[in-house]
Amino acid sequence: MKNLITLLLLLTLSFGVVASESVELQEADIDLSDNASLQRGAQHFVTYCLGCHSAKYMRYLRFALDVGVDQQKVLKEIAPEGASIYDQIHSAMNKHDAEKWFGVQPPDLSLIARSRGADWLYSYLKSYYVDPSRPFGVNNLVFEDTAMPNPLWQLQGEQHAEARKTIYGEYTKLVLDHPGALSEREFDLFVNDLVNFLVYVGEPVQLERERIGKYVLLFLIIFSVIAYLLKKEYWKDVD
Amino acid sequence: MKPTRLSECGNWVLDRFPITKFWNDHMAHYYAPKNFNIWYFFGSLALLVLVNQIITGILLTMNYKPDAKLAFDSVEYIMRDVPWGWLVRYMHSTGASAFFIVIYLHMFRALIYGSFKHPRELIWIFGMLLFVALMAEAFMGYLLPWGQMSFWGAQVIISLFSAIPVIGDDLSLWIRGDYVIADATLNRFFAFHVIAVPLVLVMLVFMHLVALHEVGSNNPDGIEIKASKDPWGHPVDGIPFHPYYTVKDLVGVGVFLVFFATVIFYMPEVGGYFLEHANFIPADPMKTPEHIAPVWYFTPFYSILRAIPDKFAGVIGMGGSIVVLFLMPWLDRCKVKSIRYRGGIFKKALFLFVVSFLALGYLGTQPVTPIATTMARLFTAIYFGFFLLMPIYTRWEKTKPVPRRLTKLQTLEEQLHAIEEQLPAFIEEITEIKTTTTEIGDAAFRATFFNRRPNPKGIAHVLSRLAVRLKGSLD
Repeated sequence: MKNLITLLLLLTLSFGVVASESVELQEADIDLSDNASLQRGAQHFVTYCLGCHSAKYMRYLRFALDVGVDQQKVLKEIAPEGASIYDQIHSAMNKHDAEKWFGVQPPDLSLIARSRGADWLYSYLKSYYVDPSRPFGVNNLVFEDTAMPNPLWQLQGEQHAEARKTIYGEYTKLVLDHPGALSEREFDLFVNDLVNFLVYVGEPVQLERERIGKYVLLFLIIFSVIAYLLKKEYWKDVD
Repeated sequence: MKPTRLSECGNWVLDRFPITKFWNDHMAHYYAPKNFNIWYFFGSLALLVLVNQIITGILLTMNYKPDAKLAFDSVEYIMRDVPWGWLVRYMHSTGASAFFIVIYLHMFRALIYGSFKHPRELIWIFGMLLFVALMAEAFMGYLLPWGQMSFWGAQVIISLFSAIPVIGDDLSLWIRGDYVIADATLNRFFAFHVIAVPLVLVMLVFMHLVALHEVGSNNPDGIEIKASKDPWGHPVDGIPFHPYYTVKDLVGVGVFLVFFATVIFYMPEVGGYFLEHANFIPADPMKTPEHIAPVWYFTPFYSILRAIPDKFAGVIGMGGSIVVLFLMPWLDRCKVKSIRYRGGIFKKALFLFVVSFLALGYLGTQPVTPIATTMARLFTAIYFGFFLLMPIYTRWEKTKPVPRRLTKLQTLEEQLHAIEEQLPAFIEEITEIKTTTTEIGDAAFRATFFNRRPNPKGIAHVLSRLAVRLKGSLD
């Protein structure tokens, strides 16, 4: 028994070690009912991401209907020039060019929030630092040796990585050298809006299903209660 | 009453087709034991989930495209552009996991009440065949969304066949239809998932039920209700399945659907266990994911596979962990069926088995580390020990006397009433009156609960009594 307990202890410890190897993620504040944030996020996406990345499972029309924006306004303020409201969010970049320039084709971002998670995206976009050894001069703490250059460097400014020591061990801290066009707080909000939009794009029906779910559960609970009363009535004289 | 046109039409059919006889044989005049408890809901729930999978599956095939270039896109098309497609897809994906939860509980019920024993061996065999068919169905269905985990999971499992000596490589090539998982594999898996295996499943369910209704249901007391019959030939401890168990199962259906709907509407991914995160990335034969994990319901068996150092031995071990379940009716030598009257050694062995099954399941979702592998080996040994040592330890069992008729348990209301009566004495025991009496409130207030403090001695008494009772129930 003692051996078993020791083994179990070792087991939990071993998982702790595995977990501490990855970088601790920062928490994104996701609120899909915040239509203003979703609209800002969509604008940021089209301005900063769409050059290379598509979101091909998403249509402009769906966004207009879900977020409650006028279709003309979506075409004018969000969609790139010449897009139709029925279009999916396609990137203009050619596949062969992409492979020539970056080595890989930038992935479609429709489902990125579902495969990576909101916190990962939020932390990733904030964790670029200067690293002259990389082709684009930047590296990333969350995703080491990422092939993607930092699209937001003009907004965030340039960071460098610094090793810090504490009693708990070593960790890497990013320090801002040259501030960008946005203050630190503004940049956090900017990235948050973008991630909020990506979470919405990952599953546009999220809010709808949570709304419908309430009624379904209410019905099922009432159904169960009635079924229970019916059962009790039938079983009254079974001894 | 004068026969109407309608009733004449009805009679015309009934004279030629034995619906009435079928209904009476299997529902209205089928006698089931009166004392089914919560464990007996999972059979009918499995049937419900099967129907759910078939109906939602038919709807999904209307928009799904079994083509390596289109499959992933068509699933997202269903999720976004098909009206209510998301609901149908989530019902199907949640249904797959729910199926295994229900089936595992259904099988556990058979283990604790000895439902696999004489004369129900064949029901158990059909059930195990159903379980194997269900695993095949789930495995092939999981390839269809054509995500990274679909692809690499299938790649890992099919490559296991290549571990078989001599014919292995050709066999796995024959199964895949290509050198890697590819369009050919997707197409044949689609055919198996959509028509071949479901047909087998439905036929086996039919045989499972026919075999069950031939010998009659077991019950939590593990006695044969047909042994005591009333003058009309009905078991005295039985009641007609319809309407008694149809209304009772309706309650089970309601409660189950509350949980089912909660998952569908509020947590369809269940933290990456029902829908794995990596499966939202399209399949890419050039990029192996860092950590390939099967869906949660396969992880106990996957753990056994990984625990055994040699690949071929691992495959044998994984297969053996399922084959050994088929042998249950002959491995268990104890005549007593229900855990209520069985000896402590079986209860302890069963407890260890459940712990090892859950632990193997958890380990299967985790990356390999040396310690995790050691743990998996330990639990694999316990898993096989439970079955292979069974013929020995079930002989030593000191069983309790089995009653001839069903025993009556307290109802929930009676239990609550008993607790209510014991509560004051219980509080009296675990608390004592504070020695320093405060002046707040009147004398009556000071005598109440609020002026008492926990009594370590009393709590120790209660705990030791509980421990003795726990030990007693295991002996």
